[in-house]
Amino acid sequence: MTAVLQSRGLGKRYRQRWALSDCTLSLPAGHVVGLVGPNGAGKTTLLHLATGLLRPTTGTIEVLGGLPAASPAQLARVGFVAQDAPTYAGLSVADHLRQRTHLNPGWDADLAHDRIERLGLDPRQRAGKLSGGQRAQLALTLAIAKRPELLILDEPIASLDPLARREFLQSLMEFTAGHRVSVVMSSHLMADLERVCDYLILLVAGRVRVAAPVEELLGTHRLVTGVRCDPATWPADWQVISASHTDRQSTLLVRTSDPVHDPAWAVEQIGLEDLVLAYMSQAQAAAPGRTPALEVQR
Amino acid sequence: MIWLTWRQFRTQAWVAAAALAVIAVALALTGLNLAHLYDATGAASCQAHGDCGTLSTTFMNHVKASLTYKALYDGGVAILYAAPALIGIFWGAPLVTREVETGTFRLAWNQSVTRTRWLAVKLGLVGLAAMATAGLFSLMIGWWASPIDRALGLAADRNGSSVINRFSPLLFGARGITPLGYAAFAFALGVTLGVLIRRTVPAMAATLAVFTGALISMSLWVRPHLIAPLHAISALNTANIVGVMSGTGSGSPMTVAGGVNLPGAWVLSNQTIGASGRVFTGPATQACASGSIQACNAHIGSLHLRQLVTYQPAVRYWAFQWYETAIFLALALVLAGFCVWWIRRRRLS
Repeated sequence: MTAVLQSRGLGKRYRQRWALSDCTLSLPAGHVVGLVGPNGAGKTTLLHLATGLLRPTTGTIEVLGGLPAASPAQLARVGFVAQDAPTYAGLSVADHLRQRTHLNPGWDADLAHDRIERLGLDPRQRAGKLSGGQRAQLALTLAIAKRPELLILDEPIASLDPLARREFLQSLMEFTAGHRVSVVMSSHLMADLERVCDYLILLVAGRVRVAAPVEELLGTHRLVTGVRCDPATWPADWQVISASHTDRQSTLLVRTSDPVHDPAWAVEQIGLEDLVLAYMSQAQAAAPGRTPALEVQR
Repeated sequence: MIWLTWRQFRTQAWVAAAALAVIAVALALTGLNLAHLYDATGAASCQAHGDCGTLSTTFMNHVKASLTYKALYDGGVAILYAAPALIGIFWGAPLVTREVETGTFRLAWNQSVTRTRWLAVKLGLVGLAAMATAGLFSLMIGWWASPIDRALGLAADRNGSSVINRFSPLLFGARGITPLGYAAFAFALGVTLGVLIRRTVPAMAATLAVFTGALISMSLWVRPHLIAPLHAISALNTANIVGVMSGTGSGSPMTVAGGVNLPGAWVLSNQTIGASGRVFTGPATQACASGSIQACNAHIGSLHLRQLVTYQPAVRYWAFQWYETAIFLALALVLAGFCVWWIRRRRLS
């Protein structure tokens, strides 16, 4: 399988600040990739680099084997819903579909109209009058009716209420199940990503901390609890992500490929959310005193 | 892309069309009467009578007596200067900034259309509309005002260089094809500043400021030198003196201005040269400081003054129109090219 997104040493600097640095990734096709990280971690920057809205300061990025946004053909292969799902406020829903027909050779008008109908959107309504959820659905429709090979969604559900969020993810899943399409979506809402993603990238402070299939992550990470003892006596193949101690007990999140057989340790499975939080606090502990920056939107 | 551009531009296009229609009606209702008046006063056929100065003055006196004509004439000049500025402000500046402010350029840039084409179509279509609008305004107002403009051109200039004709700086940019060049330039300027500033309101303000500055610089410092001006030097005819300014005492400074008779020309300067070869500045003698006009004129005649007129002759009018329009069109093209380059090379976000 070829990589849908491949980057080497990718970095992006805004004036003095590096929003993303030394990002080397290779995402296999056919996954729904969740991109998570605290605000200001560089998620939007990475996605904008992938769509060609930004140019990298250092390193290279290839999407579906080509330079992002290099040609109309390349643009046709990638669908993108930007943060806050921008639409032309003055144009009606039907106008949006119509202009897309003109601008995209692979436009699937039936798919678009079906979706609009099923969503119950009035084609004559102006996009500026739609609710946030409807607007997000319209933006998603515009992106998927292009019939892209890769769909990139930047915080598509952040501003939606729980019901709209579920509907949005449901329609996204229906589409990915029916078509051969890879998805990369960013979010800081782990609970939602957990339901739909089978691959996870964790970005903290502009650096990639984790990039692996969800199954592999869950299979290699264990929460172990045992009598508090000297860290030197912990098994050598354990990579300790986080540790918390009481007077007598230690609870460790470890990464290990081997099962834990030692009866001195009680082993628990860990959820994706806890796992991500552990990595985030590890990264934050590594850089003490650093307060999370505000979300970079532009 | 063409459809989307039109769909986004529709409102502004209707506003421009409505303005054109309203002004066309106002001009049509009064323009025929004005043309008739021009014929009736004999100014139209003055060449046959050989008395253009008087006949055109008669016509102008009729025009000046009518508030409507005066208002429409001055209004027409104002419109032709305002239209390019408004086009730059309301069509040019928001063209890209609006998409940046609402984030829709991210929507647009991810269609199967490169951003180069996205911008090129917007620039091309709206730019052509801008030129067409300014061109129509100029055509309509130019037709309406043509009797007055011709009368001004015919009127013998009895007053130094102050009489206005279509070649003089105030009217030059409001006649012929220059409004077309201004409109293209103002539009491209608005887009460029929008791309650089990325905020609509500051870009609008900057567009107005830079456009006004460009027009003023053009008429003050560039236009007079587009073609080297002609100089006419002649002995000062004492019968043709239009102004003597002098102090009250003998020996105080004094200036003399001779009349210029160059119908339709753009007089850049009109100097009176003394025997020393420099501009004559006095001193005033008793004859001029306190004597009669005849005595003063006789004294001036004895000084052997010469008159040096620097001017652009009337026949160069269209050459200047073409030069100026070409300069602004070229500037517009450079700015448009810069916008495309900037959007290809740089980011908007």
